[in-house]
Order: sequence, then C-alpha cells, then structure tokens
Amino acid sequence: MTSTEPLLDVRDLSVTFTRKGGPTVRAVDGVSFTVRPGETVSLVGESGSGKSVTSLAVMGLLPRRGVQVGGQVLFDGDDLLTLPRDRLRDIRGRDIAMVFQDPMSSLNPVVPIGVQVTEVLERHQDLHGEKARAAAADLLARVGIPDPTRRLKEYPHQLSGGMRQRALIAMALACQPRLLIADEPTTALDVTIQAQIIELLKELVQDTGAALVLITHDLGIVAGLCDTVHVMYSGRVVESAGRRELFARPRHPYTGGLLGSVPRLDAPRGAPLHPIPGSPTDVLRWDRGCAFAPRCQNRVDACTEGPPPLESYAGRSLRCLNPLTESEEVSA
Amino acid sequence: MSLSEIEATESEQVEQPAGNLRKEAWKRLRRDPVALVGFGLIAFFVLVAVFAPLIAPYAPDAQPGRGIITPTNIPGPSAEHWFGLDASGRDEFSRVVYGARQSLLVGVVATLVGMAGGLLLGVLAGAFGGKVDAVVMRIVDVMLSIPGLLMAIAIAALLGASLWSVMIAIAIINIPVFARLLRGQMLSQRGSDYVLAAVSVGVRRRPIVFGHILPNSISPVIVQATLTLATAIIEAAGLSFLGLGSADPRVPEWGRMLADTQRYLASAPHLAFFPGIAIVIAALGFTMLGERLREAIDPKYRR
Repeated sequence: MTSTEPLLDVRDLSVTFTRKGGPTVRAVDGVSFTVRPGETVSLVGESGSGKSVTSLAVMGLLPRRGVQVGGQVLFDGDDLLTLPRDRLRDIRGRDIAMVFQDPMSSLNPVVPIGVQVTEVLERHQDLHGEKARAAAADLLARVGIPDPTRRLKEYPHQLSGGMRQRALIAMALACQPRLLIADEPTTALDVTIQAQIIELLKELVQDTGAALVLITHDLGIVAGLCDTVHVMYSGRVVESAGRRELFARPRHPYTGGLLGSVPRLDAPRGAPLHPIPGSPTDVLRWDRGCAFAPRCQNRVDACTEGPPPLESYAGRSLRCLNPLTESEEVSA
Repeated sequence: MSLSEIEATESEQVEQPAGNLRKEAWKRLRRDPVALVGFGLIAFFVLVAVFAPLIAPYAPDAQPGRGIITPTNIPGPSAEHWFGLDASGRDEFSRVVYGARQSLLVGVVATLVGMAGGLLLGVLAGAFGGKVDAVVMRIVDVMLSIPGLLMAIAIAALLGASLWSVMIAIAIINIPVFARLLRGQMLSQRGSDYVLAAVSVGVRRRPIVFGHILPNSISPVIVQATLTLATAIIEAAGLSFLGLGSADPRVPEWGRMLADTQRYLASAPHLAFFPGIAIVIAALGFTMLGERLREAIDPKYRR
C-alpha cells in the first residue's frame, strides 16, 4: 500500500461481444481499478461476472473478431489496448504474464515441459541451448518441482495436475514479470493442492516483488493473499475495498451474500447453509437498474429505476443505493 | 530411397513418445491382428520391390520363352516359370516381381508430393485463417469438384506418357484431401488453451504454428497418408492401364501388364490374374494398416 504510481491502471474498461444475427453481450462494463507495484489485487465474482474476460482484455488475448474493447489499460503509462501487436508480444511474458485456470489443457500435450519453459527464455532473454535448459531447471526447482532436470524431458501427461500448474507458473515467472495475472489458478485442482499452489504464488510474488491480479470466486483464497478486493457482478465492479475492511464490513448486499454463503467450520452441525437466492442469469441490465436487484434482499424501489452510481468514500467504492449497515448480519 | 521413406513413416509412429494418446495408440496397434496383417503385407511388398533382382529368376525384359510362344499357345504356370510366360515369351513371375518397384515408387513419391502440397496449403489456411483461409479453401474446392481419376487422366495426358507424369497427376489429385484435413485440425487447435498460454508469454506466431499447433494436428495426416498410398497404387495402375504410364514397353508395370493381356484373355487368363492379385495385395496392406491406425489414434472411429 505505497503511494507510488500505479503499475497497471485500468480505466473504464468495457468488452462487448457481437454476433451476426444475435444480441450483443456486454461482458465487462466500465470496470476501473489500479494495481501498484508489488500489490496483490483480487477480482472476485461468480461465473459470468466478467472477471476472466477482464483479465483476457488486459492481456490483449481476446479474439479480434466479434469483440469490441473500450476504455484504457495503462501499463507503465502505455495503453495496452492501442499498442502495436509487436510491442504487446514483447511485453507479454516479459513484463506481464498469466497463469490459467486449467493446467490440464494449458500445456501442449506433445511438447516436453522443458521446451515449453525454455521457449519463454529464448523469446525474451535470449538464452539458448545449455544455458536455457539450466535456467529452466532452476525455475522448475523454484516452483517446487523435484528432480527438475529429469522433469524437463517429460511430457505434460507424465505430471500430476499440481505439478503441471507449477510448471505453468514457472513459465509465467520465467522472465520475472512485474505483473502476474492468475485466472482461477486453483479451480481445477484438489483442495490440498490448492493450498500449496496459493502458498507458492504468495511466496513467489513476495520474492520477486511482482504485482498480482488474482481472479477467483473463492473468498478463502482472497482472505489469505490480497491487499485490495474488487467484487464484480454482471460485468461491473459493485464494491471495492481493502481486504480487512471488506471482510469486516461488507456493504454491498452481494458481497455480504458471498461472505455469508461460505460454510463455517464453527457453525453447529446441521446448521443451514446460506446461499444467495436466484442465479446469475436473473440479471437486470445495468442501464435499467442494479443488475443484482432481482436477487437482492435489500432491494428498494429506486434499485430498478436506474443504474446505481459507483460512489467512493473512505477508501472504499460501492455501487448500491441501500447498502448493508454495519450492524446488519453478514449472513444474507 | 523408396524403402527408407516407407520406413520413415513407420518409425515415426514408433519413436514419438509424444503424448499419452500416441503411446496408447501404438500399444493398441501392436495388438491388433488386422494391423499386423496389413503391416506384414506391406513389408512383403517392400521386400519384394527392394530385392527384386535377387528374387526374380530372369531379367524383366529377357525372353526365355522366345520361339515357344504363339498367339494361341501361351503356357501357364509351371515349375520352371511359376506364373507362366507372357505373350512375348517373358517370365511373368519376374515381371510381377519387378513391377512391385514401379508401384512402390509411384505410390510413395505421389503420396509424399501430394502430402507436401496439401500440408503447405493446409498450414497456410490453418495458420492465417480469415482471407488466406477463404482463398486457399476455394482453390481446394475447385480441385475437389473435378473427379479424381478424370483430373489425373487430364494431367497425365497433358504432361505426356511417362512415369513422372503419373506421379505428378496422382500427387495433385491428393493435395486437396491433405489440405482440408490439416486445415481443419489446425483451426480446431488454434483456440485451445495451450495456444492461449503460449501467446500469453509472448511466443511469436511462427513458433506457435510450427512448434505447437502443427505437432498436434499431424496424426490424422499420417493416417491419411497410409490410406492414400493404397489408392495411389491403384490409381497408378489405372493410369498405366489407360496407356498414360511409362512409354517404354520393357519396363514392367502392373497396370500396363493388365492392359497388354487383354487380347489374350481367353487363351492366357493367368496373365491377368497375377498382376491383378499383386495390385490387390499391395493396396490391401496399406488400407488395412491405415484403417486400424486411424482407429487406434482416434477411438471415435472404432466399430
């Protein structure tokens, strides 16, 4: 939480998917957030909230056809959205890298691990041959893969899911990027492995001083890792706050619902779970009112009369006309 | 040259430890009796072609039966001439044995050239997509709209009767199949997660196409090549039968032997039988192996 210039400054990002003969879908709608050097920021939301699309848009990885991206993505002062593709390719992997959700499909099945890791080093650091292999082995060792020299020659199917995610993290961190975007890095893994991978990410981010944008729906991960949290719903940020404030005093009913829906170990046996009623498909379009209104228990008439503005106060941003008061129970 | 090329195709299957699927496929293939029979037939065919001078008792243009032969007396199989004599008094067995060389050469060269052309077009279309893809695929559509054999005859006739024109003609009619196959495979791989992951670390287009997408798209092409070898051998025999093959009558070629025997079909049916069975055996071997290879690589095809 330093006061330095932001490393990544996303301003009013919007992503619209258009299809011939179909309706246009606005997946991300006016999202703004900043990431300072070394900071860990989380985008939280359920499926369809636009968090993954946001990360792909920042990386410039969305297909060009049928997709309109608006706003600005300033990285170190350059707008990644208007940067020539060559410059963008130079930045990817060297300054910004990404870890994907599914380690099973994110490694090329017919190319040995070593080749996939050295490829990044050859591309950005001009390391070749024996030097590149040695560096790759070091990287694998650093992400906790035992016997790295042997592993380099192996194919993805010879590695377990956790090992593959470690290899992918090694690829992403090969050139010590200043920003790492992790898109649900643990969703496809066993619970025990999840904790290890998160621990590893935490360590590596601390060691290298890289900033981290963590995209997840798992508030447990957020609690242990992030400085700032942005809660997204249906393509917009509905609440942003520091981790402590957000967990202690959620103001948006959706945030409250997310926190309340986490099963508690200290609850009595047989105590009911607290789901958020409805499903993410029950949305109102943002231009008609609050998208969460159909599922919201704090709804007032004004909620469906127009889009609620994002208001900032005391280090927190909130998009809600009738927020939870501090005394209200967290369980929705 | 032809032998080593056949072997290269085979050993590629053995030595690629690439991916669980390929290893599994190889395991399945090794236990498949039909594939083994196919492989055996191919091996037999290749060995006969390579060692023809050692196997054949006579040179292909020698006429040991000269003087015995009359248009009405063409002796059939005997202890001395296993497949009998042909209308010019040449040893039919020696000619069938030497004929294997022509068939193998034409089959392998035509398939390799056709595959190379198809791969080139397929990579272009699959790597760039969009307008390049549209243009390449329209060219391929035009090629496919002309019946294969008709086009082969036209090309061979245009180039003049020779072994080379047969090879080129067969190669050209096989280009579209390979181009379409590879393009489809590559387009389906382009959107995969590992490509996205490679792009996300800044890997350039060329290594992504050749290092990532192509190796994942090549398996069905290998299968298709095996099957194309079978059809190429039949097509080569067909073109020779029609008189578009080598202009030199001394060169033994199965299709041409069939054509030459037409006039003597009543008095010497064995002259049609032996080259015919040779064509069937050679084509059958590649078909059996190719079909089973396809099933081993892609279990979807299994019956």
